Amino acid sequence: MNLTLKVWRQEGPQAPGRFETYAARDIEADMSFLEMLDIVNEGIILAGGDPIAFDHDCREGICGMCGLVIDGLAHGPRQCTTCQLYMRNFRDGDTITVEPWRVRAFPVVKDLVVDRGALDRIIAAGGYVSAGTGSAPDANGTLIPKPDADAAFDAAVCIGCGACAAACPNGSAMLFTAAKVSHLSHLPQGQPERYARVVRMVERMDEEGFGGCTNHGECAGVCPAKIDMGVIARLNRDLLVATLKGGG
Amino acid sequence: MTEVMQTPRIKRMTAAPAWGESDAQPDGHVPPGPIHEKWQKHRFAMKLLNPANRRKYTVVVVGSGLAGGGAAAALGELGYNVKCFCYQDSPRRAHSIAAQGGINAAKNYRNDGDSVYRLFYDTVKGGDFRAREANVHRLAELSLNIIDQCVAVGVPFAREYGGLLDTRSFGGAQVARTFYARGQTGQQLLLGVYQALERQIERGAVTMYGRHEMLDLVLVDGVARGVVARDLVTGAIEPHAADAVVLCTGGYGNVYNLSTYARGANATAVWRAHKRGALFANPCFVQIHPTCIPVKGDYQSKLTLMSESVRNDGRCWVPVKPGDTRAPGAIPEAERDYYLERMYPSFGNLAPRDIASRAAKRVCDEGRGVGPGGLGVYLDLGDAIRRLGEDVIRARYGNLMEMYEDITGENPYRVPMRIFPAVHYTMGGLWVDYNLMSNVPGLFVGGEANFSDHGANRLGASALMQGLADGYFVLPATVPDYLARAGSVPLSTDHPAFRTATAEVEDRARRLLGIHGSRTVSAFHRDLGKLMWDHCGMARHDAGLREALARIPELREAFWRDVRVPGEGGELNQELEKAGRVADFLELAELIVTDALHRTESCGGHFREESQTPEGEALRDDAHFSYVAAWRHNADGPPVLLKEPLVFENVPLAVRSYK
Repeated sequence: MNLTLKVWRQEGPQAPGRFETYAARDIEADMSFLEMLDIVNEGIILAGGDPIAFDHDCREGICGMCGLVIDGLAHGPRQCTTCQLYMRNFRDGDTITVEPWRVRAFPVVKDLVVDRGALDRIIAAGGYVSAGTGSAPDANGTLIPKPDADAAFDAAVCIGCGACAAACPNGSAMLFTAAKVSHLSHLPQGQPERYARVVRMVERMDEEGFGGCTNHGECAGVCPAKIDMGVIARLNRDLLVATLKGGG
Repeated sequence: MTEVMQTPRIKRMTAAPAWGESDAQPDGHVPPGPIHEKWQKHRFAMKLLNPANRRKYTVVVVGSGLAGGGAAAALGELGYNVKCFCYQDSPRRAHSIAAQGGINAAKNYRNDGDSVYRLFYDTVKGGDFRAREANVHRLAELSLNIIDQCVAVGVPFAREYGGLLDTRSFGGAQVARTFYARGQTGQQLLLGVYQALERQIERGAVTMYGRHEMLDLVLVDGVARGVVARDLVTGAIEPHAADAVVLCTGGYGNVYNLSTYARGANATAVWRAHKRGALFANPCFVQIHPTCIPVKGDYQSKLTLMSESVRNDGRCWVPVKPGDTRAPGAIPEAERDYYLERMYPSFGNLAPRDIASRAAKRVCDEGRGVGPGGLGVYLDLGDAIRRLGEDVIRARYGNLMEMYEDITGENPYRVPMRIFPAVHYTMGGLWVDYNLMSNVPGLFVGGEANFSDHGANRLGASALMQGLADGYFVLPATVPDYLARAGSVPLSTDHPAFRTATAEVEDRARRLLGIHGSRTVSAFHRDLGKLMWDHCGMARHDAGLREALARIPELREAFWRDVRVPGEGGELNQELEKAGRVADFLELAELIVTDALHRTESCGGHFREESQTPEGEALRDDAHFSYVAAWRHNADGPPVLLKEPLVFENVPLAVRSYK
């Protein structure tokens, strides 16, 4: 199939950006979206131009490195990572618009590449269990009911791609933050720091320039890891308890 | 190493090429005593540093996966000043994250006869007797602590209804010792490591350098004292001084272009260290994983693995008749060949990876392969779905099934999956001693980047185990011991060694940008990958390897003459990044092929067609090849081979049979 791409080009964080139009020819249905961009880039290079910069790494949907806004949707129409979006989801002759994540807390580095360091800093604020290496008791020493372990797992599958913030009208990273809060608060190992954690992580999220959550639910609609909005309710509950306890 | 420098004996083979040999033997520094006491006694013999003195020491850790991230966090917890580098934007994206199936540990929670000794035995045997016994035993011992540590940091492993940890079985083992978190075990383990690392970053104990790539190792007086790294955002090339350097940069499977590795995974750090003097061990030991989604077209950038765990419930088969193009559902039971169950009745579909891969190749070579080009076999969950129900299979492998459907457009609950082997892991890597230190003092190597634990074939669910053993427990013990002995010797990056290395790195980038040729970096990478797959893939023979040895230098010459790298050095330039990596692959490929050519036996993942049993199984040659091949770089001629003899005092050398 033959496609027309309108791609956001921006030389650096301070440079003004613009859309440029490229033709993608002889694209096969079994190609991934990123393989299609690889082909477009090879053409640009051989024509003497500057290829489109975009982030990617594992190309199997788990590392969270890739992330493009495709026709206005974070990761495109399939609620999967961009690398797992296949061209069979498009039709011959389509015009496709490709943009970077547009979030205040994610400055553009170049073209479609953004700086998501803010997400790491939210984790650094408290998204862990303080268990130093070598200090652990026997793994079966604490029983964890299967439903709790499963609920923790369902939240822990977040890949940190940032699509939730990109989809949110407020540019909030609430689904990301709540996923980690929920993962650890479902486990006995996460209990000692449970309330201090939620306060510190939410404060950090605000400091990083993310917006507040007003329960639009756009985040869950694009999340490739299928994180449920329920994690946000759990975060809010823990935050309320923490506040009543005096700031955690 | 007990290096008595000798003039290399240059051994001319019947035709070009040649390699040199040295009688110097690298010393593995294996502690004395019974195998189960070595590590504990060795730990007690280590020198310790006062907590107040530790922050005077800087350790550079390159890589942020299970080994690198684990070591960086643990060394930070101990009080050392750590600088951790990764090429991705965040340490959470290291490729450990993609491991699907699980992690082995000899907990024997199942009461099914497992023990530290059995895990040790299985791993030595699984590696086809080409690993160092003492390292493997330590790995098996530490497996117990790893699971404890992971649970303590909140890894949500699969559990039974009683609240205890669940396990499953994996290839090459008859016990269920594999702990897992659905099909995303690597992700959950890496996030545990990442969270511990972020905690140390917040404390100021670790400084994280994301989007940085190590481009050279800096030696001062023969000792590793730092690295030169490129800030991938600004293009700045920066020196970083350290008291020790730890490389945990993963494997080099992307030499083959198409692989299950991340696209960015590369060999530059280990190759630069090799060119600075570090020995490279067993480079030809490359694991080709039996269960990957088959190649579809030239445009393809990546091969995707279907976890080996699927072989617990899936059955591999091909039609009995060559050229049978009927849909799988139309082929009756009697006309299907469940070839693994037929050839290896006691392990069946859970035969080890190297054996399962070769069996798939064999049935495809017989014209019985399925799918486009006949390069595929069925992995059929039909029986398991009928026996257990779709819901159970979905709970076990749901995310894998979705991934398969996304990629192929086929529903694996209805139609058997098609799979084919693909490059997945490299057992070879930089040579290290028992302390995981290379022959260059102060240069440590952990995880897949070293060669130490898996011999000629890695068993499933052992990579995560080794990464965490090295990262959580071995390096945080051995690196401080080295620092305590070496003492704190202040060093400025104004030292000429840093200036020289920085200038060389800058010069190389300028050369790549100045070629202005007519072919893309990716085009050269595809050519190299095809050459390596065809001549140094699942089956290797003398003539093919010699042809590869002739063609790789031609391709390398063409690359440096005709590659086109657009843009500038002082900016985010992804093509320049790729060009540097492919340039190194073009050199490493030659060493891989040389190693494969020299090792005329078959063992593990290295199958020489000249060395097989009448039934077509790998035939080891212990009399001539029971050693680690450790290669020394030689700027003026062919690489020089040093041999570390392998001694088996505990696991008797035996023919590895899974029949």
